[in-house]
Amino acid sequence: MGSDRHKAAALAVALLAAFAIAAGPAESRTLRWARSIDTTSLDPHAANVGPNLLVVHQIYEPLIVRRFDGKMVPALAVSWALTRDPLVWEFKLRPGVTFHDGKPLTAEDVLFSLERARSTASDVKSLLSSVASVSKADDHTIRIRTVGPDPLLPNNLTDVLVMSKPWTEAHESVAIHNPASGRETHAAGHANGTGPYAVVSREPGKKTVMRLYEGYWGKGEHPLDIDEIVYLPIPDNATRITALVSGEVDFVQDVPVQDVQRLQENRALRVNVSPENRSIFLGMNVGAPDLKSSSLKGSNPFADRRVRAAIEMAIDRLQLQRNVMRGLSVPAGVIVPPFSNGYTSELDIWPPVDLAKARGLLREAGYPDGFDIALTCPNDRYVNDEGLCHGVAGMLGRIGVRTRPATQPAAQHFGQVRRAELDFYLLGWGVTTFDSEYIFSLLYHTNTGALGGWNGTGFSDRAVDDQIHTLRQEVDQARRNATIASLWRRLKEEVIYVPLHNQTIVYAMSREFDIPVDVSSQPKMKFVGARRM
Amino acid sequence: MFAYILRSLLQGAVVLIAVAFIAFSMFRFVGDPVANMVGQEASMADREELTKHLGLDQPFPIQFLRFLGKAAQGDFGISYRQGRPVAAVMAERLPATVELAVLSAIFATVVGVALGVYAAIRRHGLVANAVMTLSLVGVSLPTFLIGIGLIYVFAVELRWLPSFGRGETVRLGGWTTGLLTKSGLQSLILPVLTLGFFQLTLIMRLVRSEMLEVMRSDFIRFARARGIPNRVIEFRHALRNTMIPVVTIAGLQLGSVIAFAIVTETVFQWPGLGALFVNAVQFADVPVMAAYLVFVAFVFVVVNLATDLAYLALDPRLRAAPTAAR
Repeated sequence: MGSDRHKAAALAVALLAAFAIAAGPAESRTLRWARSIDTTSLDPHAANVGPNLLVVHQIYEPLIVRRFDGKMVPALAVSWALTRDPLVWEFKLRPGVTFHDGKPLTAEDVLFSLERARSTASDVKSLLSSVASVSKADDHTIRIRTVGPDPLLPNNLTDVLVMSKPWTEAHESVAIHNPASGRETHAAGHANGTGPYAVVSREPGKKTVMRLYEGYWGKGEHPLDIDEIVYLPIPDNATRITALVSGEVDFVQDVPVQDVQRLQENRALRVNVSPENRSIFLGMNVGAPDLKSSSLKGSNPFADRRVRAAIEMAIDRLQLQRNVMRGLSVPAGVIVPPFSNGYTSELDIWPPVDLAKARGLLREAGYPDGFDIALTCPNDRYVNDEGLCHGVAGMLGRIGVRTRPATQPAAQHFGQVRRAELDFYLLGWGVTTFDSEYIFSLLYHTNTGALGGWNGTGFSDRAVDDQIHTLRQEVDQARRNATIASLWRRLKEEVIYVPLHNQTIVYAMSREFDIPVDVSSQPKMKFVGARRM
Repeated sequence: MFAYILRSLLQGAVVLIAVAFIAFSMFRFVGDPVANMVGQEASMADREELTKHLGLDQPFPIQFLRFLGKAAQGDFGISYRQGRPVAAVMAERLPATVELAVLSAIFATVVGVALGVYAAIRRHGLVANAVMTLSLVGVSLPTFLIGIGLIYVFAVELRWLPSFGRGETVRLGGWTTGLLTKSGLQSLILPVLTLGFFQLTLIMRLVRSEMLEVMRSDFIRFARARGIPNRVIEFRHALRNTMIPVVTIAGLQLGSVIAFAIVTETVFQWPGLGALFVNAVQFADVPVMAAYLVFVAFVFVVVNLATDLAYLALDPRLRAAPTAAR
């Protein structure tokens, strides 16, 4: 009896030792990650919105993925190129990739996923609007034919994620999870991707646990330094920050501006700050015959370029940066952020603040006494959006443009912008394709529903529209860039929008982690490198 | 008796419909739910299609009647935000709120009654006066401030207790409970203190004043004259007579604790119905908001009905009235 006990003890010690050795060098690391909102679904094609993509990108993979700096690198495709036919792109698939259930990735899965992503119920279908058909050349090659030449197809594929055909079919999830469909699918709460992290458990609105997938193809190629992700949506700002300070979470992605300094002073924490691929600007309704919010009737001052120039001249961007944004912004002279194709430092300039000259321009335009106007801003969408509204209003008052700031939730604001119901508004624009074309097509093109859908200014110019159409079909990079440059020169001259700044993103985390800022705020954790103590 | 219950039930139904109507008419101002449901590249045509599919293009009376019809069958529609049935989402969140509310109510009642009795018996004592002064703080401080204060002391500075969430939970059938795990119990402490604090001070002040009132009444004076020991007078005779109004108030308070746990749940990221509602407001998730408000109204109707029935049982005059009228 006694010797049995000894044997058992010895065995236990041996087991423990073996365990310690096995676990020794690669100590398990868990990242407790807090964000203000949860994903609405684990279905990768359910919603083309940031909070959703953020989570599904850890689990599923696209053909081409963006790194933290926005650069495109191979994921499920090892290479891609336009074939001799300018309408056909060819993608070589990565061999040896398996899904979390162990099944290998095939060209069939990619075809299935692209078709699913293009279907009517998919929210990512707008990314694939140029696609005419998808076909398989061999087991490791797929071809995508576009309606017209589409130089940006690879850019648009970075958020189109690949699912397993057999798994999706077996779990009756071919139909996309969508609030309108009225039915919750298996894929809404479960996942089977090829990505670095596999879902362990999910409780919507509370917690999603993901663990490093043992069979991940990228082992050795990517750092994969985090073994487990515990994703915790915490909507309340104070609670989220407190959880970080008290050591209950390791990484907070949405840091309120007013907390940044306090967190920077905390020695147990690390704060990373970097510009985001998003411009914040003011839009003016140049198309309406009359401004609804102004007592001035029968004329629209914004229709006069001199008035728009005067407004740009009266706004002190540096003061907004200092006093409203507390230094957390990069003042801008053009609404394309430096990360995106088409940006040049020559474009990124703005006239010096000159109130006398601005008043002079107003006088020339026939408004010697200025005019009154409402500036409408969202109050829950951008960093300090409400503060910007008040700051700008004060500055414009100095030249006699008596501005009433009005704020409302983004849910209301966006609809009004898109229906061109506002006279003067604040808007932000993230450039998801990292190319100026995205800005031209949605913000400057005449609002036709399909194009110009976010152009709430009423701006409509045949020549500009024509150039945008040419640009959308041009596959020659040099000619493309020339068109972009010429469009920007023209549009900057027009001052339809007054650029304010590019927003910066702030990540706060425990000292044990160093997660760089992702320019689209979509950090993919597989790229996070070894700890720096 | 039966007619009385029936009348109460009918009144309850009217209240529910009225709440649903008011809630529903307000929702038209919270914004466009579709804006939050699709990406920024989605075209206006796509949006309109979705709006149509959700029935949001219909005139208000039709939307409302459709909602009522379905709600009567227990179908509160699909959450715009989660794309899952509202009933399922709410059922998932209910245990967290109920556990928090019931524990807060127990905490508030037990501690409130004990302190109230103490403050009444030792009405001139130093400790009793200190407690009374402190209770003023409880009545006047907003809940979120108490919550943030507790978090700062016990989670950030001392690091004894978690600042958010519910800890590990155990699933028992359709119910999840945090009462069976260490982290679950630890997570309950701060929210329960926060949510129960206001009720505690209220109950305590009520017990004290009722008790002082009772202690002045004739039967207590006679009891003293008969030489009955103080302990017996205080706890057997006085306290019992004090409890009747206290039970009523405590019962009604349970309703409001369940209904208005919103602030506490937000501060502690407590995954209950209140936090769900706050999220729903942010995303213009109309079905969830409507169902939550109807649920709150329902809780109040039930609590009021139970109180009415309790009165009926306690007060013979209410029972006698209809007979006399006949």
